[in-house]
Amino acid sequence: MSNDHTTSGRSDSGALDPDERERIARRYRDESPVDSTENRGVYRRIRDQLLSDKKAIFGATMVLLFVFTAIFAPMIAPYEQDDTFGINQGPNSYSESDVDGDGEMDRVWHVLGTDSFGHDLFTRIVFGARISLLVALTTVAFAFTVGTAIGLIAGYYGGLIDELLMRYVDFQWAFPSIILAAGLIAFLGGLGVTNVVIAIGVAFIDDFARLVRGEVLSIREEEYVLAARAIGTSDRRIMTKEILPNAVAPIIVQMTLMIPLAIIAEAALSFLGLGVKPTTPTWGLLLAEGRQYINQAWWISVFPGLAIMVVVLAFNMFGDSLRDAFDVKQSEVSEK
Amino acid sequence: MKKYIAKRVLNALFVVWLVATVVFFGLRAIPGGPVRTMLGAEATEEAVNRMRAELGLDQPLYVQYAEWMLDLITLDLGQSLTSGEQISVMMASAVPRTLSIALIGVVVGLGIALPTGIISATRKGQRSDYVATVAAFLGLSMPAFFIGILLALVFGVWWGVLPIVGYAPLQEDGIVEWFRRILLPGISVGVPYAAVVMRMTRSSLLEVLDAEYMKTAKAKGVGRTTRLYKHAMQNALIPVVTVAGIQIALVLVGSVTVELVFGIQGIGRLLVDAILDRNYPVTQSVILLVAAIMVFMNLTVDIIYTFLDPRIRYGDEAS
Repeated sequence: MSNDHTTSGRSDSGALDPDERERIARRYRDESPVDSTENRGVYRRIRDQLLSDKKAIFGATMVLLFVFTAIFAPMIAPYEQDDTFGINQGPNSYSESDVDGDGEMDRVWHVLGTDSFGHDLFTRIVFGARISLLVALTTVAFAFTVGTAIGLIAGYYGGLIDELLMRYVDFQWAFPSIILAAGLIAFLGGLGVTNVVIAIGVAFIDDFARLVRGEVLSIREEEYVLAARAIGTSDRRIMTKEILPNAVAPIIVQMTLMIPLAIIAEAALSFLGLGVKPTTPTWGLLLAEGRQYINQAWWISVFPGLAIMVVVLAFNMFGDSLRDAFDVKQSEVSEK
Repeated sequence: MKKYIAKRVLNALFVVWLVATVVFFGLRAIPGGPVRTMLGAEATEEAVNRMRAELGLDQPLYVQYAEWMLDLITLDLGQSLTSGEQISVMMASAVPRTLSIALIGVVVGLGIALPTGIISATRKGQRSDYVATVAAFLGLSMPAFFIGILLALVFGVWWGVLPIVGYAPLQEDGIVEWFRRILLPGISVGVPYAAVVMRMTRSSLLEVLDAEYMKTAKAKGVGRTTRLYKHAMQNALIPVVTVAGIQIALVLVGSVTVELVFGIQGIGRLLVDAILDRNYPVTQSVILLVAAIMVFMNLTVDIIYTFLDPRIRYGDEAS
């Protein structure tokens, strides 16, 4: 009774029955990594699942809206980013200004009010989306490239190389990202977008390195990798053509979930005064300014804060749905 | 198990040493050295040399390194460049502030996260689960400093029930005043933490509730409460403890920005001010302190783990 329907797949006589043979054969087919028809099926399944997931649709829509806003900021924003009007004006207020430069004063509408320098808040927030998007994409791309390389090499070669690289990653793991980024800003000595990107990018390397190493360890002994090695494929080719494509799902999920973290990190650094230059329109700087004028002008901090929240929420929702669709375990990717 | 813990402690000490070493060499690897950066490009050669001598930077590298290590072991962190105050004194006043914020944050966080996570998992798909999941998403998406500003706005500016600037030491002003000043910052750092822990509790519990042994327990006639709290929670808690421990980093990070919102001179403020003033001795000390706290936290989590999961206690160390 105990073993007739268990995993052994052998009937009492010891020979494989036809059903079992078919099942095992199918399993091997399923595992073959380069089968375009299989892949198409996977893509369709993921696409269908995402399309039927309200969370994914909402997230993706908001993300697209954000990207659109960032790209077309000069067309969406009603005024120039450095135009100044009356200071600390509330939402839905008007001021007199010569915005079109024809020498006559115009009545100007401030849907979200103005900040303490007299900038139109809506305009500043729209332009702020650019910095957020730029920093988020470049930092994650940077961390992905370096982290994946470290993880691949450490996991693939093992031994001393693994030990050394992962010691470094452990060392970095000991720091909360923002603290590390702040420390790097101190070393780089200066404000500006480039330094922010380097600082946050470096601070995120460990997340990718750990993830990719874990994936490599579980893929390394797969038969298709052994087969590739047996026919003399070079290490580099095995890593990039055999292993990496099979770890792509958790990496994509991780990237999607790192983007909102990068956006928050940039806002936090700017808020602390360690980010971009003080004249740049960013959400973090607006929040810092709003904190200063919290008694007079709540709108300066609330609206940029909401902007951060909506964008981060959108990425988180989309990433979460993506994780479900790719069937990646929650413990596999890291959240901070 | 003793061997396992000893190994972990050694590893932790190693990481702290590594951080100290990297900070040491990192500082000296800055082009032109920290002094140049500190004094600015227009400083005279003479001023630079005087400063270098003052900081002991004119000695050979191995001497400096040995001194740095000796100072660390004796907890002599040197003096602040701007105020001349002993860094250990500055830290002694900053650390309790940050720890107070973190403490409230963790208490509030766990207080929200565990019940919500349990309710959410046991009522999967129902309205309460839906509400809790959406709330967790919102909590996950708000940076701590924005939550802080919102709380300050509502409770401080609009309702005027709580102070929004400054800190009151526990020993001097009593527990009530301390609590009044630490509550809002604490909640600010606690909300994102709660969101992360709640999500982990939910998914971990859901996984366990599906396990075979839960069906066995039900078949044996074990009551619902015992099943949930004894059979399920004990196993579901293991990943939750890890996340709850590791994510204390989130609370500390939150504290850095939240201290600025509420004008509290904690370690976050100390670090930011030191960086802005190019006060290198303070910067490196605070970074080292934070790293040490994090390593210690991870170590504690690892040790708690061994009590929760017998597989680690008896088997080989889990990867």
